[in-house]
Amino acid sequence: MILPALFFYLFAGVCVASAVMVIVSRNPVHSVLYLILAFVNASGLFVLMGAEFLAMILIVVYVGAVAVLFLFVIMMLDVDFLELREGFIEYLPVGLVIGGIFLFELLLTVGFWVINPGVTKTITAAIPANVPNTEALGLVLYTKYIHYFQLAGMVLLVAMIGAIVLTLRHKASVKRQDINVQNARTPEMAMAMRKVASGQGLSDADAAEWVK
Amino acid sequence: MSFETAGYQLAPVVPELVLAVGSMALLMLGAYRGQGTTKAVTTLAVLLLVATGVLELWLPAGKLVTFGGSFIVDDFARFLKVLALIGSGVTLVISTEFLADPSRRIFEYAILVLLSTLGMMVLISAGDLISLYLGLELMSLALYVVAASNRDNAKSTEAGLKYFVLGALSSGMLLYGSSLIYGFTGTISFAGIAASAKTANVGLVFGLVFLLAGLCFKVSAVPFHMWTPDVYEGAPTPVTAFFASAPKVAALAVFTRATLTAFPGILGEWQQILVFVAIASMLLGAFAGIGQTNIKRLMGYSSIGHMGFALLGLAAGTPEGAQGVLVYIAIYVAMTLGAFVVILAMKRNGVSVENISDFAGLSRTNPLLAFFFMMLLFSLAGAPPLAGFFAKWYVFVAAVKANMFTLAVIGVLSSVVGAYYYLAIVKTMYFDEPAGRVDPVRVELRTVLAITGLFNIFFFAYPAPLVSMASAAAKSLF
Repeated sequence: MILPALFFYLFAGVCVASAVMVIVSRNPVHSVLYLILAFVNASGLFVLMGAEFLAMILIVVYVGAVAVLFLFVIMMLDVDFLELREGFIEYLPVGLVIGGIFLFELLLTVGFWVINPGVTKTITAAIPANVPNTEALGLVLYTKYIHYFQLAGMVLLVAMIGAIVLTLRHKASVKRQDINVQNARTPEMAMAMRKVASGQGLSDADAAEWVK
Repeated sequence: MSFETAGYQLAPVVPELVLAVGSMALLMLGAYRGQGTTKAVTTLAVLLLVATGVLELWLPAGKLVTFGGSFIVDDFARFLKVLALIGSGVTLVISTEFLADPSRRIFEYAILVLLSTLGMMVLISAGDLISLYLGLELMSLALYVVAASNRDNAKSTEAGLKYFVLGALSSGMLLYGSSLIYGFTGTISFAGIAASAKTANVGLVFGLVFLLAGLCFKVSAVPFHMWTPDVYEGAPTPVTAFFASAPKVAALAVFTRATLTAFPGILGEWQQILVFVAIASMLLGAFAGIGQTNIKRLMGYSSIGHMGFALLGLAAGTPEGAQGVLVYIAIYVAMTLGAFVVILAMKRNGVSVENISDFAGLSRTNPLLAFFFMMLLFSLAGAPPLAGFFAKWYVFVAAVKANMFTLAVIGVLSSVVGAYYYLAIVKTMYFDEPAGRVDPVRVELRTVLAITGLFNIFFFAYPAPLVSMASAAAKSLF
């Protein structure tokens, strides 16, 4: 009984601490690394709750893809993070007021939820017993929800086509690799023997042929 | 855990499957054979749309439900799917010239139109909130890309970006509304919501408002219309013709199905919203169009007004009202496509002209084009005995039968105001000094113009087939 509680406090504590570090660290790369730490700990919390599928997805998608993408963006774009933080003190009062309102609303909702017996606590579909939740998802995803699954696939296909249509440009000046042509290349095609008279060098026409 | 195959037949989705697999096959063709295949891909895409339409009509009659109720094929769905397929097919046909330009040979254009049409078909058949959302996203995402497809043109990219940002906002509102509805009814299927939502409670109505706001954005009804004129003006003209036809059909279809089948218990609540939206759209469409000088912007305001009239029929909440909506949207598609063909045909020395002043004296330089455009404009204005008059007639009759006299009177008055700017174009064409010769009209444009124009002129002689089909389609919802 004590062990899960210990692990919960370990994961939760590290998660909150690294979330704070995401905001306060001066180096944006450190921020992203702390974000990854927060994600890993959150997935640990999911494992404790018995939601191992969500835990693995969190690591695969958020750590494996999203956070790495963040790192790429930070390294490629020259964003001055100090400049972004300049107005921090001026906007602090407004931020505190909005945060206060959110906290108040959250307490109101939670309070209402706890006090009112008529409110449905959680609306969940029946969870099949004796089946790990990855398997439970697999059992319905490709059968009961095949329609949604296929449609989501079509939406992603359109997104891919759209990205290519709007951004791909074939430039004539770019030299492309054609493996068939490379394999079919013979010494005769690649080399030309010339007799160069001493003191004269090659003419411009010959030079143009070399560039090809 | 046994999987019940009873509610999961594939037969009702055969047209959609053919369209999806066919568009992916065409994508492969284009991707491997290069942009030189643009013409072949476009032609095959039109044939694929025709095949899909034939398969749709070939399905067994009656109401077919599959995927546990999330996909419904009934007379309503068949009617609107065929209409949407016609809209997309005609769009591809009239895009031939746009795609023939060497700088714009993009075979993906046809693929995106096909995938967008797939989204429309899913949307029209949607039986729950998730398939509604997925269909809407599939349709819209492809539309954002085709809006920006002329990517070297600043206006086109601006149109695409504007449409994308505002579309994402409306999707957010729709999802927020859907989650509230799910939270307060405990189900996402329209039938389940209808069984659960017998009385209005605050949370449910809140969700309903957000859901309708998201849908209003897609049909460009006031107050969610701001994007329409800019996107219509900025997007390439064939794309604008597409925006004004097929997606409007699908969005109006889901609007009708969602309100009538999921919320019949709280009719009074959504009726108020629709009455406001219809009045505001009709008035804005009538007044804001007056000062326009660009014909595509004008068509944008015109479509806002027309959506107001269509929603007026829906606001009645009766089978007659739904029938009115269906007749309206069918005739609207014919009128709009015809009008856009004329706009596409307006070229001087190979350059498209889009200002209303460029139409000056068209009756003397190209009398046939001017005559058809005049008939289409009169029809858009709702002058008898053209098709546009009958479209308005059915929605007004439905509104009057539902005792919404004020709404009907405001509708008639705003259609009179709106007639001003249509007549102003007729005056420019027939009484002003010619602004120069226009280029000869291409054969595919002439064909589409002849079909839509003659449909508009002679609809009064034999309206029975369309009206009876719309009536059967409307009855399948009740």
